[in-house]
Amino acid sequence: MVAGGDVSMKIDELPRRSSLLPGNPSCQGCPHAIGLKALSVLENPVLIIPAGCTTIIAGIHPKAAFNVPVLHVPFASAAAVASGLAASYRKEGVEASIVVWMGDGAADIGFATLSGAAVRNEDIIVVVSDNEAYMNTGIQSSSTTSWKARTTTSPGGKSEEKKDLAAIMLMHRIPYAATASVGYLPDFINKLKRASEIDGFRFIHLHSPCPPGWRFDSSKTVEIARLAVKTGAWILWEYSGRFRITSPSKPYKDGSKRVPLEEYIKTQGRFKGLSEEDVEEIKSKIEEQWKFLLAFEEIFR
Amino acid sequence: MKHSEYLIAKPSKGSAGQTGLWRSFRPVYHVERCIRCLLCCFYCPEDVIEVHYHRFILFHYEYCKGCGICASICPEDAIEMVEEEE
Ligand SMILES: Cc1ncc(C[n+]2csc(CCOP(=O)(O)OP(=O)(O)O)c2C)c(N)n1
Ligand code: SF4
Ligand code: SF4
Ligand code: SF4
Ligand SMILES: [Mg+2]
Repeated sequence: MVAGGDVSMKIDELPRRSSLLPGNPSCQGCPHAIGLKALSVLENPVLIIPAGCTTIIAGIHPKAAFNVPVLHVPFASAAAVASGLAASYRKEGVEASIVVWMGDGAADIGFATLSGAAVRNEDIIVVVSDNEAYMNTGIQSSSTTSWKARTTTSPGGKSEEKKDLAAIMLMHRIPYAATASVGYLPDFINKLKRASEIDGFRFIHLHSPCPPGWRFDSSKTVEIARLAVKTGAWILWEYSGRFRITSPSKPYKDGSKRVPLEEYIKTQGRFKGLSEEDVEEIKSKIEEQWKFLLAFEEIFR
Repeated sequence: MKHSEYLIAKPSKGSAGQTGLWRSFRPVYHVERCIRCLLCCFYCPEDVIEVHYHRFILFHYEYCKGCGICASICPEDAIEMVEEEE
């Protein structure tokens, strides 16, 4: 059984060979490289990738690091290109899982087409692999960067709120939305699999701690992703007709079961020098987020 | 080769070269401690850990970047990160 993962799955029953080949240009300990392994659960995936680290990871011509088809697209067009591709596949009778694999920055810049595709309930899967900044261009803040995290555009700590992208996508009344984490790959794989069995617009917000961007050692990607869940700072949920907090996060509905937030914060250079008041403020923001999601669970039973 | 053929990048390992050369630390496996939980294979970002004959795991050092995730995730300390010489 998978330690700390979804207990209903045996690890040797899960797909393991990645569609991303070894020897690609991702940094040591890259969260995108871990998350991309989950795509092997999909039938005939076709990736649409707007600018970001994954563009670079995909390889340098004439070599390609993916062994699945990849379409590189400009930022703002990602979900629109996917919509067009879905329409043409439908017309031609091509069976494929169209996956937009985008960063949080791309979700900012491409939000208009993302929202449009969700409203039209296009038959695509969108995964936002969220490393909480524009990493590829040198760690600029995005709308999902955590409050008080230091980036090159927020050297004193980000002063704006973190946007809840997954909840915003859910409110488009799409058939499937979920959050996931590279620290709980079996949970992410389960969610992708369930999403692939549904028609229409499916959205997964994947939490992806980035070693150089958050300033931690490359060996800690999975550990820190798990700490985010165990401290309650990142909450795993799924909506597919009904809303539920999913198993890795379930124990932490009870605030007293959570690991102290400091354990998560102290692992990362981006939070260096936070005051006690700031940490308390973050804790109350987390508490508020739990209240919000638990209310969702009540409403969408 | 047709021009259009050349324009299409082909799936290949080592698209960034021999990434094993990036390594400062090498994962070293202690078979006697291993309980074959496969967590290391599962989470290796590079996908360079393989299981052989359901018995022991094998690292493809040509591309292993030495990130250390396998060692930090192993519940039995069966993987040790050892500094590379030169
Ligand atoms: C239209 C346009 N504006 C700006 C850029 C420069 N650019 C390339 S990648 C990137 C950041 C992407 O950030 P994110 O989507 O979070 O992906 P990450 O690199 O963090 O994986 C930017 C701003 C671009 N390629 N195209
Ligand atoms: S900067 Fe972060 S997300 Fe980008 S390739 Fe490196 S580890 Fe991956
Ligand atoms: S994580 Fe450790 S115990 Fe599990 S298979 Fe790998 S080496 Fe063996
Ligand atoms: S050190 Fe990193 S790249 Fe090398 S085998 Fe371990 S997890 Fe994979
Ligand atoms: Mg990003």
